[in-house]
Amino acid sequence: MLAYIVRRLALLPAMWLAVTLMIFLMLEPLGPYQKLALFLDNNPEMAVPANKLSEEQLQRVFDKHGLNDPFYVQYGKWLSEVLRFNFGWSTTAQAPVMEALISRLPATIELTMLSIGPLIFLAIWMGVKSAVHQNRWIDHATRFIAITGFSLPSFVFAIFVLVIFYGWLDWFPPGRLSLWADQVVFSDSFTRFTGMNLVDTLLNGRFDIFVDAIRHLVLPVISLSYLSWAALLRVTRSSMLETLKQDYITTARAKGLTETSVIHKHARRNALIPVLTLSGFVIVGLLTGVFIIETIFNYRGVGFWAVDAALSFDVPAVIGITLFTATLIVLANLIVDIFYTVVDPRVRYD
Amino acid sequence: MTELYKRPSVWQRLKKNPIALLSLFLLFFFVVVVFAAPWLAPPERACPSPIYYIVPDWFFALFDHDLPCKPHQIPRDGFKIPPIPPNLDAWKTFPPDWKLHPLGTTENRYDIWYGLVWGTRTALAAGALIVFFSFLIGLTMGGLSGYFGRWIDSVIMRLVDFMIAMPGFLATLVLVSVLGRGLDKIIFASIVFGWTNYARLIRGDILSIREREYIHASRALGASHTRLLFKHVIPNMIYPALILASLDIGSVVLGLSALSFLGLGSGEDYADWGQMIALARNRIAGVVGGSAFEFWYTYVFPGAAIFLFVLAWNLLGDTVRDVLDPRQKNKKRA
Repeated sequence: MLAYIVRRLALLPAMWLAVTLMIFLMLEPLGPYQKLALFLDNNPEMAVPANKLSEEQLQRVFDKHGLNDPFYVQYGKWLSEVLRFNFGWSTTAQAPVMEALISRLPATIELTMLSIGPLIFLAIWMGVKSAVHQNRWIDHATRFIAITGFSLPSFVFAIFVLVIFYGWLDWFPPGRLSLWADQVVFSDSFTRFTGMNLVDTLLNGRFDIFVDAIRHLVLPVISLSYLSWAALLRVTRSSMLETLKQDYITTARAKGLTETSVIHKHARRNALIPVLTLSGFVIVGLLTGVFIIETIFNYRGVGFWAVDAALSFDVPAVIGITLFTATLIVLANLIVDIFYTVVDPRVRYD
Repeated sequence: MTELYKRPSVWQRLKKNPIALLSLFLLFFFVVVVFAAPWLAPPERACPSPIYYIVPDWFFALFDHDLPCKPHQIPRDGFKIPPIPPNLDAWKTFPPDWKLHPLGTTENRYDIWYGLVWGTRTALAAGALIVFFSFLIGLTMGGLSGYFGRWIDSVIMRLVDFMIAMPGFLATLVLVSVLGRGLDKIIFASIVFGWTNYARLIRGDILSIREREYIHASRALGASHTRLLFKHVIPNMIYPALILASLDIGSVVLGLSALSFLGLGSGEDYADWGQMIALARNRIAGVVGGSAFEFWYTYVFPGAAIFLFVLAWNLLGDTVRDVLDPRQKNKKRA
């Protein structure tokens, strides 16, 4: 197992390089002028708008950044900038990409972290319930919700919850904070420790804003977890059904264990092993779902910015965010794979 | 005379399943809408040749072809913004006259009926194209990889591993920010990053077939690689794989509509379900002092169209997967 983990870790840089290469290949249709934005982190050369530069000056800038070089030289130069965490200048954020990413990240972390817990626990809990009461009404109801959840696009779901809980009941408004709360948070008397509203408001002792932040988070969190939740639930249910048919479950029952103990200790633990393979899928679902959900709910995090940037040809921002997300996905898949060998010793990779 | 037991075909088993029949009926309905679109919602300006009804216009746009008519463009009723509610008078004839707005109009006065009818085409055509070409590339790559093995296998499978690290959604985002928005770019990106799953599946199938006796026998008789591949290996695995792949159209359309919802599609007047939901976004709060559900038709109809379309594919997918391969039943789907 150790050999496998080492081999997987050794593959990590190669995976990451492949991702960067793929991204850079996709930039090929861009002209040298657009590629220039990838190298500028504080935009000094843009003090004079680039379209006002003379041809000669422009060529000098291109030469400096090697934008007329062959592909592999350009790739090398770009990569060395990326390794120094310089992703260029974002026109939509009016800031260097790295700086803008860091300032928007807490909002997105808050959203995904809150989604992942309820998503996993609810899916496993309902999946197990559904399998234990197979073909009863609770099973039918769960399966119905799961298959519709699978087919209902997250943005349609989000629109419907918004109509009901914002338009009709006015309980949960979109955005990150109400206007009054926003003004407090960005005033001098409020210290932003982490950038995550829930943590900051508690540290500052402002419980009224804490409640406001929660009100704004409820709908995005529900919508974000819904899609992956349905998939997770289906797999938990079928895996649990499979496990309940095993001989050792019969043995456990035969030796007089309580039903709770049979289900929770003997069956559920084993049933969760196949569910773990889905974690990679859940992570990708969350990380890409964030783009859609943040846009619908006007929740200004990384996803909202990414979509805005993609629509405004802000290539450096899109590249930075893509690279960041892809890196997270590569890392997450690695952790899932390693974790899998730990949880299920029968699995041997060679 | 003894009767031989014949394993019931996929269709024979499917037709006993009420859920499969329901989903087939729904899909049949959508296919009818696709073919009857020029009759159900005739464009304002009739097209000079049927080719413009058949081939989607983003395809012509690839070749900078000047279009005499654009059936996928939803006509705008005047230049006012607020939606118009459904008009029941339009239903006195069938097909209803879309100029009277049988299902109302959405934001910016685009007719919903027209958009839904032609949007069905957009969805089915784009979904089928993506699945077909991804499958074709997957078949080639997976076939080469599984059949020849050795270094070809290693190279292709490493490529697949690397490409999986890059989710299609992100790749599309990058490509659209570089090339500009448009359905054609989304379709292109989905194909380029969508074939890897099929390559993996097909490689597995071919690996298991490659070592069967009839392949060895054929090889021993001196069959060439081409003959082996096209006469023996591929015909023995392609049909189940093709059926399973075609069932992905539902989830592909789901992804497409999400992208066009975000505004990466072909523009707000293009008949596309995701785009129509995006137009309804400004109307979720209803009217001040009035009902919150004032503009229900702007999101209920397009939402129902996407939901039913994807639901039909998913239900059919579930039952067909059970019939084709009970063991594979609940494996994850991309």
